[in-house]
Amino acid sequence: MIRIFHVLVLVFVAVAGLTSLSAAAQTPDDVLTALKTEAKASNTAFQGFSAERGERFFKQTHGNELSCSSCHTENPGAFGKHAKTSKIIKPLAPAANPERFTDSAKVEKWFKRNCNDVLGRVCTPQEKGDVLAYLLTITN
Amino acid sequence: MLLDSQNHFRIFGVVVLLMSVMISIAHAEDDDDDERAPLAKNAQWQAECGACHVAFPPRLLPAESWHAVMSGLDKHFGSDASLDPAVAREIGAFLEKNAGREKYKATGKPLLRITETRWFQREHDEVPARAWSNPKVKSAANCAACHTQAESGNYSERNIRIPK
Repeated sequence: MIRIFHVLVLVFVAVAGLTSLSAAAQTPDDVLTALKTEAKASNTAFQGFSAERGERFFKQTHGNELSCSSCHTENPGAFGKHAKTSKIIKPLAPAANPERFTDSAKVEKWFKRNCNDVLGRVCTPQEKGDVLAYLLTITN
Repeated sequence: MLLDSQNHFRIFGVVVLLMSVMISIAHAEDDDDDERAPLAKNAQWQAECGACHVAFPPRLLPAESWHAVMSGLDKHFGSDASLDPAVAREIGAFLEKNAGREKYKATGKPLLRITETRWFQREHDEVPARAWSNPKVKSAANCAACHTQAESGNYSERNIRIPK
């Protein structure tokens, strides 16, 4: 009897865990698709995302002191370091860190903050999509 | 079936015994003067503040300072650290509830930097200048550069290693 109860509890925990996981489940491709929809809506001449443009955007400064690579380094597949506090930052490229770009609220939060620090404004859907397209080309 | 239940009781007994041993070990380690009070924790505080720096213990600033910090997250020491309003409210309430009691009336304005508190300066007055300027330390906000267990909230003196 006790065994049956244990099995039932385990099954319940497993099902509950899977359900909550799928409720928030997103892949980087889902995020890219959503950005594409936004980009089309904001720009009728939208011609798709470019990983090359994303890489340039990522590595250049944009009028402010910091670039994306100041903290995420020139290799977003490697660990980064916060430019001010030296806190270690986990890799940004999904191939190196499967947690990345799997939670749209988190993606929005960090684009808002970091675009403000790097560009002094929000990023356009085109810029965000280019950067994500670049990050998805990294394969380590 | 009877045997089964007995086994469960035995396992339960062993688990309880192990837990009590672990708890007493944790208490035995916690004998530093400044570490006597239990550390207040909050999952959002740990995740959000801890994303960019060590999640600083709430008792290191008084409530009015935390209130000011949380009111200006969009310009947080030169960075945009803005949060979802509901999350910011939860963290703000946690920080103010567990805040330190020391008041900083000298300037008439709440201090925003822990490093400017009398407590911080007194605790760190033996740290040589070259340690602060060491590139491995870089910023006084980088607690973990010397307090090797800062991530887990342990600032005990025995865990300090000043990098060379």
